[in-house]
Amino acid sequence: MRRVVILLLALVLSPSLAGVALAQGTLRIGMTASDIPYTGGQTDNGFEGFRFVGYQIYEPLIAWDLTRGDRLAPLVPGLAESWEARKDQPTKWVFKLRKGVTFHDGSPFNADAVVFSYESIKKKDAPHFDPYGSGQVSFRLASLTGITKIDDHTVEFETNKPTSFVPYQVCYMLIVSPTQWQKFKDWRKFAEQPSGTGPFRVTRFVPRERLELEANKTYWDAKRRPKIDKLVLLPLPEPTTRLAALRSGQVDWVEVPPPDAIPQLKGAGFQIVMNSYPHNWTHTLRLDKEPWSNKLVRKAANYAIDRVGICKSLLNDTCIPATGVVYKGHPWFGKPKEIYEYNPAKAKELLKQAGFDGTRHPAKAVQLISTSGSGQMLPLAMNELIQKNLKEVGIDVDLQPVEWNTLLTRWRAGFKTPENEGLNAWNISWNFLEPWSGFGRFFHSKSVVPVSVNTMPYINPEADKLIDEAERTFDVAKQNEILARLHEVVVDDAPWIFVVHDQNPRALSTKVKGFVQPQSWFVDLTAVTVR
Amino acid sequence: MWTYVGRRLLLAIPTLLGASIIVFAMVHLAPGDPIAAVMPAESSKAEIEATKRAYGFDKPLPVQYLVWLGRVAQGDLGRSIATRRAVILDVRDALANSLVLALSSSLLAFAGGVGLGLLAAFRQGRSLDKVASMVAVVGVSIPHYWAGIILIIVFSVQLNWLPAMGAADGGGPIEYLRHMALPTVALALIPLGVITRVVRSAALDILSQEFVLALRAKGLAGRRVFTHVVKNAAPQIFTVLGLQFGFQLGGSVLVEAVFSWPGTGYLLNLAIFQRDIPVLQGVILVLATFFVLLNLVVDLLQTLVDPRIVRH
Repeated sequence: MRRVVILLLALVLSPSLAGVALAQGTLRIGMTASDIPYTGGQTDNGFEGFRFVGYQIYEPLIAWDLTRGDRLAPLVPGLAESWEARKDQPTKWVFKLRKGVTFHDGSPFNADAVVFSYESIKKKDAPHFDPYGSGQVSFRLASLTGITKIDDHTVEFETNKPTSFVPYQVCYMLIVSPTQWQKFKDWRKFAEQPSGTGPFRVTRFVPRERLELEANKTYWDAKRRPKIDKLVLLPLPEPTTRLAALRSGQVDWVEVPPPDAIPQLKGAGFQIVMNSYPHNWTHTLRLDKEPWSNKLVRKAANYAIDRVGICKSLLNDTCIPATGVVYKGHPWFGKPKEIYEYNPAKAKELLKQAGFDGTRHPAKAVQLISTSGSGQMLPLAMNELIQKNLKEVGIDVDLQPVEWNTLLTRWRAGFKTPENEGLNAWNISWNFLEPWSGFGRFFHSKSVVPVSVNTMPYINPEADKLIDEAERTFDVAKQNEILARLHEVVVDDAPWIFVVHDQNPRALSTKVKGFVQPQSWFVDLTAVTVR
Repeated sequence: MWTYVGRRLLLAIPTLLGASIIVFAMVHLAPGDPIAAVMPAESSKAEIEATKRAYGFDKPLPVQYLVWLGRVAQGDLGRSIATRRAVILDVRDALANSLVLALSSSLLAFAGGVGLGLLAAFRQGRSLDKVASMVAVVGVSIPHYWAGIILIIVFSVQLNWLPAMGAADGGGPIEYLRHMALPTVALALIPLGVITRVVRSAALDILSQEFVLALRAKGLAGRRVFTHVVKNAAPQIFTVLGLQFGFQLGGSVLVEAVFSWPGTGYLLNLAIFQRDIPVLQGVILVLATFFVLLNLVVDLLQTLVDPRIVRH
């Protein structure tokens, strides 16, 4: 009996042979997503879905160049070699498609595949319409109203009005294999055996547990064929579990390690990689009610925040101070007149000018925050520090924490519902990948709820003019200049309390080499090697 | 006895219906809905409303509930909104994993608890009793998710003996056992404590009765007295065991979350955040059915062990 017990113990405790002799070049990633992102084409789970599934299995016509970290990731040719709006009809865009590309199932990539993919998102009565995928991406293709096949390697998109933002929309439309879909005629079955043109192909899919992919050895871009053989994706939403999985060697790469653990990870020899990317963490203020209706109070709040303190003490340098919508060095930063920094004296002075004496008549506000959530960083700790900072200058802020999905639901409804009537701000982190997500949806008067998410509402004819002008400007450099001027206007108006930009920390084991973290929400895994 | 069984099974139906109505109501009370939960954060209200209509979530709640009930009556638990997989498949896989964990931790708790409890009772007042009682108190007091995290830190991160998470799908039975080891121990702590205390007090209760004194006076050997005590204490012990096994099955949410063990607790946890109503309804229904059947089995086992108990 004792021998049986000892034998059992030995078997259970000995490191398994499979674990020791891992396939050379297998990268195992612990994601923050709580489930495997949808593999049927137009992926879910937000940008993490695009990052590890969407842009690895599939490709868009226009892609992001993720190979460098020293500049913002720009848009470059993907499955399309070139594109331009027709001079005679600027609502029509002609895309010339890349030749000689095949899907994972062997069928050729051509205009039919592009039309098929577009219809799966936009054409509700098509047999290949994907209601779930459409729900995920349709709103990102808001300007696209139609598509025509010109020939096997040319398509023409039609838009609802002349807009230079088309490339910023097309980059989200992933191209799926019609041939593979026709085998199943069902998106769920297709999602279990997907077929795209991307650098990785799916080999095994266990719902909610793991996704295994292998390198696509016939990927069309010979310079970017993956160096690893195998990629394994694991959903690990609990930060402590993710950390333990990395520390114990069960994964080689984790997203968003808990900031407190970073010194400990560095000490144990793990690589911490970070870079700026289009993310900001702010309080979006309600502009039609006191106290934030007063521009001086808004500016005062921006001068009251100790951003450096938040980044150094709370977040172990995994963020940088935010003094605007975008970060310094971004093409849209411009030259704002105000540089918001920690200056409580100036904040108090501004408040006095606004008529709020700190002792007798404090400014009061109720801010809705979340307890966690994608991109929200450490909301409770950060908000408590902000509350303290604001109190010190004479602004009393009452924090109301709710669950993340609840916060999003209430935000979409806007401030003017009975439930939200008493609120003065929401604390939600944003991305600014394109002119629309950075500025259009918030600062244009046409974006007021429920059309879009200008909940403040921010109504400024000058901003409207600049956004419209940017949309009419097809030269990217000139467009960036216009958006930079817009940024200056917004920074001066201070419709938000700008707090920090996340630096997207990742923890990698020493075995992982060759990874360049781009200034982007997405990554290129093709240059990575594992030991 | 069969009329008793039949009546119990019939009474189960209103219980299960009640459970499903409560879950349905509670999930809809929470702000947000399944569509809003799986759509991108940036989608606007208009887009979400359109998708909701497409999925039939704009119909009144009682209608939605009855539609679901109708399908269940035909054996169809519906499809998950997040994965579009049949709920029955997800529930089956998750239940298998949870059962394995519940059974193994119950066995561990049972073996440990009965052993410690009897030891404490038969050595009442002496140091072994004190040690056993202390183990029981510690077991009941430690939150099992905290214990889980400590076990991960010690055995996974520091010693690197055992894996920290998951069930190693596709790794074979040895890998599965290795992944199961830490969650089993974490989950077994509380029932271990409870069972130890119950067994101890049940055994002490029997030992203090006159017939035991009489048996000893008659010269019966210690081992035979032991058997009599155990047989008399068994009904109480079985009740507690049954209850604890039920708690293991339903109460493993936190341990499964800490270890990413793909059981029903993990599935429920995920489904709650995703507001995945078909999955929630399906899992709760299956778990509730399990509980009902489990209680029935325990009651029947008691009649077998103790002839004094009669069921009508």
